[in-house]
Amino acid sequence: MATAILRNPQDFITCPDTGQNLNKPAISLAKANIFTAIVFLLAGGALGLLVALTRWPAIHILPSELFYIALTGHGAAVLLFWCHFFEVGVAYYFVTSPINARLATPKIAWFSFWLMLIGAAMATVMVLIGQATVMFSAYPPLKAHPLFYVGVILFAVGALIPMFIIIATLIKAKNERTYTGSMPLASFGILIYAIIAIFTWVMGAVIMIPTLLWSMGLIHNMDAQMYRVVFWALAHSTQQMNIVVHITIWYTLAAVLFGARPLNEKVSRMAFVLYLFALQLGSVHHLLSDPGSSFAWRTFNTSYAGYLAVLGSLIHGLTVPGGIELAQRRRGLSHGLFEWLRKAPWANPVFSGFFLSLVLFGFLGGITGVTMSNQQINMIIHNTVYVPGHFHGTVATGTTLAFFAFSYWIVPLLTRHKLAFPGLARMSTYLFGLGMGTFAVFFMAAGHLGVPRRHWDITYADASLPFQFSATVQMLVTVAEIGAVIGGTGALFYLISILGTFMGKTVEKGALPPLAEPAGVVAARLHGGTEPHIKGLEVPGSLVLCLTLLTFLIIYYFAQYKYLATIWGIR
Amino acid sequence: MADFDSPTENPEDADPVSGWQAFMDDPSMLLFLGIASPTLLYTLWGVMEVLSVPVAGY
Repeated sequence: MATAILRNPQDFITCPDTGQNLNKPAISLAKANIFTAIVFLLAGGALGLLVALTRWPAIHILPSELFYIALTGHGAAVLLFWCHFFEVGVAYYFVTSPINARLATPKIAWFSFWLMLIGAAMATVMVLIGQATVMFSAYPPLKAHPLFYVGVILFAVGALIPMFIIIATLIKAKNERTYTGSMPLASFGILIYAIIAIFTWVMGAVIMIPTLLWSMGLIHNMDAQMYRVVFWALAHSTQQMNIVVHITIWYTLAAVLFGARPLNEKVSRMAFVLYLFALQLGSVHHLLSDPGSSFAWRTFNTSYAGYLAVLGSLIHGLTVPGGIELAQRRRGLSHGLFEWLRKAPWANPVFSGFFLSLVLFGFLGGITGVTMSNQQINMIIHNTVYVPGHFHGTVATGTTLAFFAFSYWIVPLLTRHKLAFPGLARMSTYLFGLGMGTFAVFFMAAGHLGVPRRHWDITYADASLPFQFSATVQMLVTVAEIGAVIGGTGALFYLISILGTFMGKTVEKGALPPLAEPAGVVAARLHGGTEPHIKGLEVPGSLVLCLTLLTFLIIYYFAQYKYLATIWGIR
Repeated sequence: MADFDSPTENPEDADPVSGWQAFMDDPSMLLFLGIASPTLLYTLWGVMEVLSVPVAGY
C-alpha cells in the first residue's frame, strides 16, 4: 500500500474536517476549472432543453435554423467543455492531494486554463451566431467559419498542456518521495486518463488544422472519409477520457463514503491498463457502416480489442460495489444479499449520484455500447436516434451523474463552503438519473424503429415526399423528451446547489455537512490498498449484480440478432 | 514533519513493489505504449486503408 508523506508543508493547507493536505495552486486551478465547467453545463443544458422541446413532436419549438444552432451548441458545450474543464479540475486534485504532491508548473497550468477558456468561448460564440451549424461531428462537406475551428484548436491545445503537467507532477512526486510504494489507484487512474488525453488532443490537432485550412479556402479538397477516421480518434477518445475519470471517481467515493478498498488493487490497476491499450480502438464503432475500410480493421478494433476494454469495465463493475459491500458487511450489515445496499446512505447525493451512475452506466451505456460495436448489429441502428440514446447512457447517466456526485463532495472540500440547498442536491441525482435514463431507453427504442438521429422534424411536415412514423414512434420520442425535461430539471437543481455552494461563505471547522467520513480517514483511504484476505463469496450481492448485468448483456445481444434477422431476412 | 504525515500509515510498513507493479507505475513506459498502440492500430491502419481506396475517375 502506498503511504503519503508531506515534504513541503508550506505549499499545502490541511482541511480541518477531512485531514487532507491540499496543494494551494492545485486548489485554485481545480476550483477555476470546475466552476468554468459548471457554467458550460448551464449553457449546454439550456440548449439541450431546446433540442428536446423541438424533437418533442407536439411542441416542436424551434425552426430548423435555430435547432441546428442549439444542437451544435449543446454537443460542444456538454461533450467537450463541461466534461473536460471538470476533468482537468479534478485531475489537479487527484495528482496532488492523495500523494501530497506539489503541482508542477502552476503558471503554465493557468496559461492552459485561459487558452481553453478563450477557445471554448470563441467556438461557442461562433455556434450561437449561426456561423458553425455543423453539429458536434462537423463532418465535411459541412463547413463552419474558420474561427470555430480556431476555437476548437485553442481549446484542444489548452487541454493538452495539463496532461503533461499531470505526468510531470506524478514524476516529481516520485522523485521527491512524497509517497512510498506503488502509486495510489486514484492517481494511477488519472495517469491513464492523461495518456489517453494526449493521444486524443494530438489527433484533434491532426484533423482540425487541415479542416481549418479547408474552411479558409487554402485547401480545396477535404476527404470526407479521411476526416471521419481521424475525427473519431479525437471525438470517441474524449468520451473514453470521461469514462476513466468517472471510474476513478467511483473508486474514490467508495473509499470516501464507506472506507472501501478495491477487492484487489492490482486487478483494478490492470483494468485501467486494459483501458489504456484498448479503449480508444473502439472508435471504429462509429465507422462500422462506412465504406472504404476492411473488415479486418473494423473487427479487430471493435470486437477483439474492444472486448479487452469491456473486460476492464466488468472488473471495475465488480470491484467497486464489491469493495463497498465488503466494507458494509464488516460493519455488520451482512443480512441477506443486499442489506449492505439497502442501508447505504441513499439520502446523501454523493452516494446516490455515484451508485446510480455505476448502475445506469453499466446497463444503459455499457451494454448498448458493446452490442452496437458488432458490425452486423450496428447496421440496424446506424445513424438513428439509438446512437444519441446510447451516448446519453454513457455521458449523461454515467459520467455526468458521477461528476454531480463528486461535485457535492469536492466543491465543499475545496471551497470550505457549506453545500447550498441540500434538498435540491438530494433530488438532483434521482431526477437526473431517472430523466436521462428514460431518455436513453426510449430514444434507443425509437432508433430501432428507424428514427433518424440528425433530422430536425420526424413528422417531415415540409418534405416534398411525405412520410409518417407510426403512433408508437411518436409515443417513444415523446416519452424520451419528457425524460429529457425531467433530467434537465435534475441538472438545474444541481446547478443551483453547486453554484450556490461556490458563492457561499467560508465555514469553520466541523461546519461542513457530514457528506463523508470524519477527519483523517479519507486521506488514508485514498492511498489505496487491497482488502486483505478475500475468500470465496464474501461479496455475494455484488456478484449477483454483476451476473445480472452479464445475463442482461447476453440476452440483449441475441435479441439484437433476432431483430436483425426479422428486418433483414436471409432467404 | 510528523504532524503532517499520513495519519495511519508508517512508510516502513509499505508493501514492496513487484517488478510488474513498477512497470505499471512507470509513466514514461505507459505513455509510450499508450500512444503507440492506438496510433498504429486505429489511426495509421485506418488511414492506410482509406488511402488505398482507388480514386474514382470523372
